[in-house]
Amino acid sequence: MSRLSEALAAGEFVITAEVAPPKGANPGDALAKGAAMPPSVTAVNVTDNQGANMRMTPLAVAALLARQGVEPILQLTCRDRNRMALQSDLLGAAALGVENLLLLSGDHARFGDHPQARAVFDLDSVQLLQAVDRLRGGHDLAGRPLTAVPHFFAGAAVTPEAEPFELMFQKFGKKVQAGAQFFQTQAVFDADKLARFMAAARPLGVPVILGVLLLKSARMARFLHANIPGVRVPESVIGRLEDAADPLREGQAIAREMVAHARALCQGVHLMTLGQEEKISEIIAADG
Amino acid sequence: MIISEQKPKEELLPALEGKGRLFLIGCAACATACKAGGEEEVFRMQEWLQSIGKEIAGSMIIDEACHIMRAARDLRAHRTQVEEADALLVLACGAGIQSISAGSEKRVIGALNSLFLGNIRRFGQFEEKCSLCGECILNETAGICPVTTCAKGLLNGPCGGMEDGRCEADRDIDCAWHLIYERLKRQQRPGVFARIVPAKNWGKLRKPGRHKI
Repeated sequence: MSRLSEALAAGEFVITAEVAPPKGANPGDALAKGAAMPPSVTAVNVTDNQGANMRMTPLAVAALLARQGVEPILQLTCRDRNRMALQSDLLGAAALGVENLLLLSGDHARFGDHPQARAVFDLDSVQLLQAVDRLRGGHDLAGRPLTAVPHFFAGAAVTPEAEPFELMFQKFGKKVQAGAQFFQTQAVFDADKLARFMAAARPLGVPVILGVLLLKSARMARFLHANIPGVRVPESVIGRLEDAADPLREGQAIAREMVAHARALCQGVHLMTLGQEEKISEIIAADG
Repeated sequence: MIISEQKPKEELLPALEGKGRLFLIGCAACATACKAGGEEEVFRMQEWLQSIGKEIAGSMIIDEACHIMRAARDLRAHRTQVEEADALLVLACGAGIQSISAGSEKRVIGALNSLFLGNIRRFGQFEEKCSLCGECILNETAGICPVTTCAKGLLNGPCGGMEDGRCEADRDIDCAWHLIYERLKRQQRPGVFARIVPAKNWGKLRKPGRHKI
């Protein structure tokens, strides 16, 4: 049992963060970042060629983090691997002591650093959840028995603000049905939309960990709004950053407010601090 | 129909190197409709080849270059000219080019790039709607193909990049799943949303492509 699954089962408010594997063969910085997370962080996501930019495989970084006692959440996307590669990586993850998974479709390769790559998408995220469920049941997707059965805690992603809402929510429902045991959301900045989503999601009984992103400036907020799929930053939030004497401080305040909303509505927060990991303790400190 | 376009001339030049005399072959079907390999394009290609110092052994337009036996028959009908040529320059889709290479020992040079199976909106404007995947889901998706028109070919609904019903990969176009959802709603049926679509059987596209029906 991973600490993440135990904490969620116990009804604790969990905190997760993330590290990105390096563009290079030395994992030192990523591991140091993982090790420097405050003890309140239960598990650390390891991103998978994030934004379709080629980096070290998250399987390696997740396994190395696990070895040094930092609990990883291995992100796996369907963009770069077919069903055979996904299943074999999953078995490898289990062998390396990686239990938590975040199973994703993956950003389109068009926006990354290898736009000429052939995107795979042999499975979609719902089918990848099914594949994990099959492996946990002792069989692969082809129905062949496994010699040893892996143990996974399978997570999925959701964009609570997506419109049309019902269309986004039907996919959320399919992910629950396919075996998702927890969700981590895309960054949300609109508390009303979060409340609407949680009202619909709560009856399905699967923990939702709210994505909270640390905005550092109005310029960054505008960039994310325009360029990161699924991230919407309201004008009111951008305005606050613009008017602030210290935009990073204001960004922290905004993040703290979202953490407070998560404490009321969700089962945890996932902090995306984009290089400002030392701010994590401040962001999650109980309101004062 | 198969949508094709002419290779850029600079891409063609290296393939033509050392081939002084050429026999040109166009196709009266798709390549003509695409204005890539019809009579007019074969004529213009001929003019260009002459302008760069090539000789033309002859030319022909095959009714359907993808018809293997007919292509071979037409090649035989032009045997003398074909024999005189150093190479055959084919202005047809990849299937047509291969009918020719199957029917002649001459060096075959393809002059077109084949793009996709396309619907025609109006002359010169084509849309890709079908990927020939071998496992059609259209009856459940209100006649809109997600395999082709979803940028990721997802089968269980939109990705997290959909914004206001627009596609993550191109904000100027509608998300395929949004279109499917809206049309199913108008038809008052759940369609594909009623079930989890399992992993697709891509084995139906098994290589080598020797399908026989």
